[in-house]
Amino acid sequence: MQNTLQHTAFNVEKVRADFPILKVHVNNKPLVYFDNGATAQKPTQVIDAIAKYYYEENSNIHRGVHTLSQKATTHYELARTTVQKHLNAADVNEIIFTRGTTESINLVAHCFGKLFIKAGDEIILSEMEHHSNILPWQVLCEERGAVLKVIPVTENGELNLEEYKKLLSDKTKLIAVTHVSNTLGVVNDVKEIIAAAKQKNIPVLLDGAQAIPHMVVDVQELDCDFYCFSGHKIYAPTGIGVLYAKAKWVEKFEPYQTGGGTIKTVTFEKTVYVDGPLKFEAGTPNIEGAIGLAAALNYLNEIGLDTIAAYENELVHYATEKLKQLPGVKIYGDVKDKAAVISFNVNNAHPFDVGTLLDKQGVAVRTGHHCNQPLMQCFNIPGTVRASFAFYNTTHEIDVFISALEKAIKMLL
Amino acid sequence: MSIAEIEQEIIEEFEMFVDDWELKYEHLIELGKSLPMINPVYKTDEYIIKGCQSKVWLHSEAVDGKIVYTADSDAIITKGMVALMIRVLSNQAPDDILNANMGFIDVIGLKEHLSPTRANGLISMIKQMKLDALALQGKI
Repeated sequence: MQNTLQHTAFNVEKVRADFPILKVHVNNKPLVYFDNGATAQKPTQVIDAIAKYYYEENSNIHRGVHTLSQKATTHYELARTTVQKHLNAADVNEIIFTRGTTESINLVAHCFGKLFIKAGDEIILSEMEHHSNILPWQVLCEERGAVLKVIPVTENGELNLEEYKKLLSDKTKLIAVTHVSNTLGVVNDVKEIIAAAKQKNIPVLLDGAQAIPHMVVDVQELDCDFYCFSGHKIYAPTGIGVLYAKAKWVEKFEPYQTGGGTIKTVTFEKTVYVDGPLKFEAGTPNIEGAIGLAAALNYLNEIGLDTIAAYENELVHYATEKLKQLPGVKIYGDVKDKAAVISFNVNNAHPFDVGTLLDKQGVAVRTGHHCNQPLMQCFNIPGTVRASFAFYNTTHEIDVFISALEKAIKMLL
Repeated sequence: MSIAEIEQEIIEEFEMFVDDWELKYEHLIELGKSLPMINPVYKTDEYIIKGCQSKVWLHSEAVDGKIVYTADSDAIITKGMVALMIRVLSNQAPDDILNANMGFIDVIGLKEHLSPTRANGLISMIKQMKLDALALQGKI
């Protein structure tokens, strides 16, 4: 089976050498890291960029006249341009740095809610949303007397788009859905979702946390109003994330938090805020995070996201086929169009038991509800075992995982 | 047997599994399977100890001056560990339960399961067993 991947013009051993952590041992076994959906490992290129910033450039940005401050400011703003290009956003001012997807969604819920949500209005989500894309809207709805409407998930784990279209009404003020399911890996037909929303002039927010590491995302082609993602899932540091917001929203929204860096003038009577993304980046931002994120994006683009997607697609299909050969394995969200994520259960075994026995054999997977309790309720299960792959994973690691799983199944029988 | 004696017995029982995770976990799974089931009437939300992932149901009662525990879990490895906790603490006097430090868990190499990040509810279970012992102490 090893030969099946040889046609991919991609040297996995070469990229593995870029990720120092892949050399560590866990429970005396070489680490097999299949928890990339939770957070991805960092290449030397990213670690070095952060170190270089602290060794050579550390200073506060946007304020100093001295050389170091100007250097740091340039690199922070260059990072914004790198993100703009990566997403093909129309303008660099549409890129807001946040702490991650969660903060990006909270920012929109706060700012959009304040201006546009009133009693009786409706916000549409889906049954497969991560809790981060449920809670901010739930809080907003409770505050304003608005109503959450939920797109149901089919048995295959896909969004029921017919039901979605029925939910759209004059009361709908916003649609917030995930681009890729964090639990199932299912890639949603967001183009169709956006097209239906646009007919009624309803803005759409996409939670891109699980999509961004696996595919090319073009926000202009998608025509979404907001796109959110976290750096740490795309090989960048934790604590940095992005909110893409169309220029008209950046202009209309008032600051989410206030403080240094957001203002033009302050008197005790009135404050005038700056225009553009800095309005939303109060306080000293995560400078090294932004620089690390840019390094990660540059690294990925050098390999090519299409190449990465093709290789990961082969990995996920290889693993799916192997899993299906094991008796008692049920895969959730077994559809054609999916990112490098497989969620499954074995017979009646609790995912916690399976995950514990895999960990003992050096295989890191995620178990539990994956911050996705409504979806678990929908499938009537306590959780799943989730293996999520990155482009540094190999078919050999999948073989190790499968034999570790076989042993776990035998022990739990 | 006193709590200390039972702990020592378990430590000796697990000595043969040192450096063999497979035998150790097979033993835990066996212990889980052999755990006397909790009376189903107590397998309700009222008796649940919620971990992030696996659930534990615990029932405590005072019998002849001692605390008797029965329990169950939806995950078999958790259930194996629950069986160990019950073996050590059940049928003991409340004071002895409150003073037990459960040091055997570390000695037999299962300390990782006491970390809150394992999220299997074991820490909450021990805490609940002690709280129940304290509450029942007044009724003895």
